[in-house]
Amino acid sequence: MSEATFKNPAINTAKYPETSIKFRHFLSFMFKLLSILGLFLGLIVLLVLIGDLIRRGGDRLSLDFFLNFPSRRAEKAGILSAWVGTLWVMLITAVMTVIVGVSAAIYLEEYAPKNRFTRLIELNILNLAAMPSILYGLLALGLFVHQMKLGSSLLTAGMTLSLLVLPVVIVASREALRALPFTLKEASYALGATQFQTLVYHQVPAAISGMMTGVILALSRAVGETAPLITIGALTYIAFLPKSLLDSFTVLPIQLFNWLSRPQEEFHANAAAAGLVLLFLTFLLNAVAIFIRIKARKNIKW
Amino acid sequence: MVAPQTPESLKISIQNLNFYFGTKQVLKNINLDMSEKKVTALMGPSGCGKTTLLRCLNLMHELTEDARADGVAILQPQDINLLADEVDPLWVRQRIGMVFQKPNPFPKSMYENVAYGLRLRGLKNKTELENRIEKALTQAGLWKEVSDRLQQPAFSLSGGQQQRLCIARALAVEPEVLLLDEPTSALDPISTAHIEEQLAEIKKHVTVIMVTHNLHQAARCSDDTVFMLNGEVIEKGRSQKLFTNPQDPRTENYITGRFG
Repeated sequence: MSEATFKNPAINTAKYPETSIKFRHFLSFMFKLLSILGLFLGLIVLLVLIGDLIRRGGDRLSLDFFLNFPSRRAEKAGILSAWVGTLWVMLITAVMTVIVGVSAAIYLEEYAPKNRFTRLIELNILNLAAMPSILYGLLALGLFVHQMKLGSSLLTAGMTLSLLVLPVVIVASREALRALPFTLKEASYALGATQFQTLVYHQVPAAISGMMTGVILALSRAVGETAPLITIGALTYIAFLPKSLLDSFTVLPIQLFNWLSRPQEEFHANAAAAGLVLLFLTFLLNAVAIFIRIKARKNIKW
Repeated sequence: MVAPQTPESLKISIQNLNFYFGTKQVLKNINLDMSEKKVTALMGPSGCGKTTLLRCLNLMHELTEDARADGVAILQPQDINLLADEVDPLWVRQRIGMVFQKPNPFPKSMYENVAYGLRLRGLKNKTELENRIEKALTQAGLWKEVSDRLQQPAFSLSGGQQQRLCIARALAVEPEVLLLDEPTSALDPISTAHIEEQLAEIKKHVTVIMVTHNLHQAARCSDDTVFMLNGEVIEKGRSQKLFTNPQDPRTENYITGRFG
């Protein structure tokens, strides 16, 4: 039987052949297949990359590699100054980005009047997110290094990277706030809460996981940035650890680039090993952010 | 049979209230008196302005851009015009609570939901918090069902329980007036019956103003009823009288089901 017969003749005039059902099931299956393929493509590329780095530089990974300063001799060179520098820079970036980004988002979304001027600001923030990172480096060189005389320091680097990723964090935080149902605000106001109380007790806690997603994306991007840091004058060879925020520094991507640009094969192995460490550090930073997100979500149960 | 007349005092008196969204007028020259510790039902078809009128009373309309209320709504015994510019919305909302059409508990525990209004007012004493929470949940008829799991998320409750939690949340701060905006329209008949039963208890302490488009509900649980149409008050009076002997033909048409 290829089609059902109904008592009402009007329904029978419409034909529903079984082939159409089969075809729709087929489409449904194909889409599932496509999404799985997409996922695996991404995963496989990442695995191949990690595998390649291990093959080239896995041998170099030892405690000494982490505890040695860079050296002219490849087998003695390590990444101590680089990973410490990266950690410091990321810490400064994270603190500044979260404080400034979240406040800016809250102001724009909750306090700012909706007029032509604020719309212009919004548009500009979106544009800033697409700016090439080297331009931020130039800005920082002029503003932080020369005008504010902060030098090529950790602080300058943190502020530069923070500027670079702020647009992403602001946009994500605004979206997270905007996605909350209006009824949440209404419920709070109806009990006689002020705008500040509503933000602190309800809106920010409920939006925090969305905000943290933006922060994770932002930090992952910042940790690999090289161009703006070279522009502000980060060093490639440093044989001491920074003691204050105003000390000069280097970071992993710069160390990596430095080794790659040398002709000797041994330094390339070092670069691959540093690449592995950089990847691992990125995962670690993300894990911390995800941990914070899970913690924050615990108190919010929709 | 005539209902025994008890002396009633006025709680809210609305005079010449006009309300606009932008240039569109949604309430036209409303004049209404609401008695203390009674249930007043605002009844009428969708879009007649009853919800707008209700939201006006705790200034929720100030959250909406372009909304403008013109007129007087006097809260007794303080004798203060709620709609005057110099009146602080926080002052008003501390005295006039509101429950919304769709249950909107906070995404936190039941305890935190009811405690919130008290915390806002600076109450920190744990014993007193717990006492007030128990009292409010009892008034809302929810205490027996949830007393052993107050720390669980509010969203683990059924829709009807969530709405009663919202009523408890509003009652916990001991408001003078409770506004209910179609509190049962999203609920099943049994949950509705639960809430209606509770109303009789609640009105002993609080003046209740309730919006409903369900005329049976208005007839069942209100003392006074106001019938509205197209932003105007058509008829107001004792519910018993209004439902059995409406004066205006439009009221009669509505309650006999000719439209609406």
